[in-house]
Amino acid sequence: MTSFFLNGKSVSVDDDPSTPLLWVIRDTLGMTGTKFGCGMALCGACTVHLEGQAIRSCVAPLSRVAGKHVTTIEGLSNDLSHPLQRAWIEVDVPQCGYCQSGQIMSAAVLLRENPKLTDKDIDEAMSGNICRCGTYPRIRRAIHRAAEMVSEKRAS
Amino acid sequence: MSRIDELLETNLKSRELTGKPAARNRHRIARRDFLKTASALTGGLCIAAYIPELAARSVEGAPANVFAPNAFVRIASDDSVTVIINHSEMGQGIYTSLPMLLNEELETDWSKIKIEPAPVDPAYNHTLFGLQMTGGSTTTPSEWERFRKMGAMARLMLVDAAAQRWNVRTSECHVGRGVVIHAASGRKATYGSLATAASQLKPPANIPLKDPKQFTLVGKPTRRLDTPSKVNGSAQFGLDVRVPGMLYAVVARPPVFGGKVASFDAADALKIPGVRAVEQIPSGVAIVADRFWSAKLARDKVKITWDDGPNANLSTTKMLADFSQQSATPGNLAKKSGDPAAALSGATKTITAEYDVPYLAHCMMEPLNCVVDLRADNCEIWTGTQFETVDRANAAKTAGLPPEKVKLNTTLLGGGFGRRANPSSDFVIEAVEVAKVAKAPVKVVWTREDDLAGGWYRPMWHDRFAAGLDAEGNPVAWTHTIVGQSILTGTAFEAFGVKDGVDSASVEGAADLLYGIPNLQVDLHSPKIAVPVQWWRSVGHSHTGFSVEGFFDEVAHAGGKDPYELRRKLLANQPRMLAVLNLVAEKAQWGKPLPKGHGRGIATHFSFDSYVAQVVDASVEKDGTVRVHRVVCAVDCGRVINPDIVKAQMEGGIIFGLTAALKIEITLENGRVQQHNFYDYPMLRMFESPEIEVHIVPSELAPTGVGEPSVPPVAPALANAIFAASGKRIRRLPIRASDLATASEAKS
Repeated sequence: MTSFFLNGKSVSVDDDPSTPLLWVIRDTLGMTGTKFGCGMALCGACTVHLEGQAIRSCVAPLSRVAGKHVTTIEGLSNDLSHPLQRAWIEVDVPQCGYCQSGQIMSAAVLLRENPKLTDKDIDEAMSGNICRCGTYPRIRRAIHRAAEMVSEKRAS
Repeated sequence: MSRIDELLETNLKSRELTGKPAARNRHRIARRDFLKTASALTGGLCIAAYIPELAARSVEGAPANVFAPNAFVRIASDDSVTVIINHSEMGQGIYTSLPMLLNEELETDWSKIKIEPAPVDPAYNHTLFGLQMTGGSTTTPSEWERFRKMGAMARLMLVDAAAQRWNVRTSECHVGRGVVIHAASGRKATYGSLATAASQLKPPANIPLKDPKQFTLVGKPTRRLDTPSKVNGSAQFGLDVRVPGMLYAVVARPPVFGGKVASFDAADALKIPGVRAVEQIPSGVAIVADRFWSAKLARDKVKITWDDGPNANLSTTKMLADFSQQSATPGNLAKKSGDPAAALSGATKTITAEYDVPYLAHCMMEPLNCVVDLRADNCEIWTGTQFETVDRANAAKTAGLPPEKVKLNTTLLGGGFGRRANPSSDFVIEAVEVAKVAKAPVKVVWTREDDLAGGWYRPMWHDRFAAGLDAEGNPVAWTHTIVGQSILTGTAFEAFGVKDGVDSASVEGAADLLYGIPNLQVDLHSPKIAVPVQWWRSVGHSHTGFSVEGFFDEVAHAGGKDPYELRRKLLANQPRMLAVLNLVAEKAQWGKPLPKGHGRGIATHFSFDSYVAQVVDASVEKDGTVRVHRVVCAVDCGRVINPDIVKAQMEGGIIFGLTAALKIEITLENGRVQQHNFYDYPMLRMFESPEIEVHIVPSELAPTGVGEPSVPPVAPALANAIFAASGKRIRRLPIRASDLATASEAKS
């Protein structure tokens, strides 16, 4: 039995500790917002936060998260209020949408650590996430927009 | 011929796959034939009416207080409006643009609209193809009129219900944001309050539509209805489906196309906790387990001896040489005008070149998957598909059930690009086979490795050109020999798409060249190779766009002409393409000096009835690395429903085309696919993504394709930009840094 915190709630699962976190979240716990794209940490579709840092859950064994806090897209906000979600909606970023959970989870760490970000920061933080539909220009715009929202809020 | 083949053939023979409607009433013919053949297929399924859109009223059996005037809209007493959508959402935005069409006429409050995927029913057939499907950049052309009519029908009946209630004339009533209003008396009634009364009325025989000048929604940038669910993890893709008691499965498939299982030993695999069954199925060995992860681990433990069959020698290196050799001989004639041979021999200057593109996998971000619950006398399927009618029929055949006993639920698609419209329904029928051995509801999951090695690729193609120039440097002769597998041959589409040995999908974008060149010949070799091939976003245009526009650039330079000016001159009789070309040149500031080391390239391409031109600004690093800085795109796709969605599709198609230009190829040696995952089949990433600017030519003409037409021009525009920057001509994709370091200037 392995216990950890998923979006703030304590969960316990009896999957083998070597099972990738992705499949524990999706198949055992039934939270399907986190996606499978490659299984090799190459595409970023499975990005979640472990203690606030972005990790690729497809290669993170369950044992790694024991006792720790994991946040998935479902835990980012419960009302679409996160600045990235608002910006994503404003810019209409998603096309098929499959990679967007991972994109947003990667962007969330970038935005939290560096709200005054540049295009180069976005290139560096977001190049681990593939979008086959080619929404990169809009992801870039939306991250800048979210950063504006954050600084507007701080100013007010 | 199987029944499904008959069905498809009957429905599709009146249409050339990539061409325009043969006649205005073509869809009526197809629809009538469909009813006839659907009846044969199902052994007498009764279709409710000659107006198939009305059929779903009985199919769905809406509750009494819900007004369902036709198969596409339901209005409930709480004023909610559900739009039932018969095309698959794979990113192209139709879950927003189709409700926009319907609501242009219905005029309810946009925020009240909900969307629901349609079940499989003839009422939902594509108006051009006579099948329920999504593809060919045809959703808007198919539904442009029908969805407005369905909305108008509902509005007319609601107004009628209100007028009867108030005992006034319908002409004295008008509507606004979901309310019927009688201005003279000031009476108002919401649509929801009229739902029960409207359900009692007969649909009107005559449904007039608005003059487009009165449009209030169509043509306006409108936010997508599916975005909120795609930013909080709630959007349901096929891979997210869970049904009670569901098991998971993966399949070990042969490493060589056409291979078979000779024998297998499952003893070690069965020791993995959670593994339920390891069984041979027609496509390989199925591993069924309580969890995906157990099934995947167990697959690695199954010892399979494969019989490779006759294709273990396939090599794309050898094919490259074979294709070039074949292209030196004339193929089946696809197009001939004037006397190209005489014009070539009489030309002042001739140039020749050969172009190559590789096999490509679609590589959708959501790998293929399918959930099947197979029971004794019925079957339910959940999957993201582009091909509902075909998949249901094939699944039914595999399950040994009549199609009406198979319920297929279309989920959101995590990308399609053509792969999810498989003519043999490969991933669906395989899942039905797995369900037979699983003996429980089962989700079959493909890994990325399965996806890349799984075939159904964009064909590998070779293009050989010769052009003759007159003394002024103008092209007077153009010959183009194409070598590549036929996509349509061997499918149910062959009968109408392949004529005189020419697959229209192989020569599209070449045989219908828009440039005014008086002596033109296009011919085709279609070698038979065991690699399964399929339509891939923009189909044949994905190679002709690159080769034709690349060679055109060579012709311009050989004649000492500016590539933009020569295009302008030869498009003099093509006003729509000329307008697009001029617009893109203006916006990209064609001719204005660029930073040192940068080059501009230009290309046009006509596909899916839309006109696109692009200008790429690129540079080449010393090590041969290509940097794409900016892409400017102009498009004329007729009347635009949602300009922001059109822009998004242009942007996405450009990135998709750049990945093909710069990154990916599927190669085979010893019959085995050499690529495995994103490390050797890499996608364009954020840091490589250029600035993209899209300009739409305003138009009042009928809407044309949007999902695919921006893909073909970007590779040649980039190749032409690289030539402008470096003097090196790109004739083979993907572009290799090593080619740019060593390539000689020209073969001519």
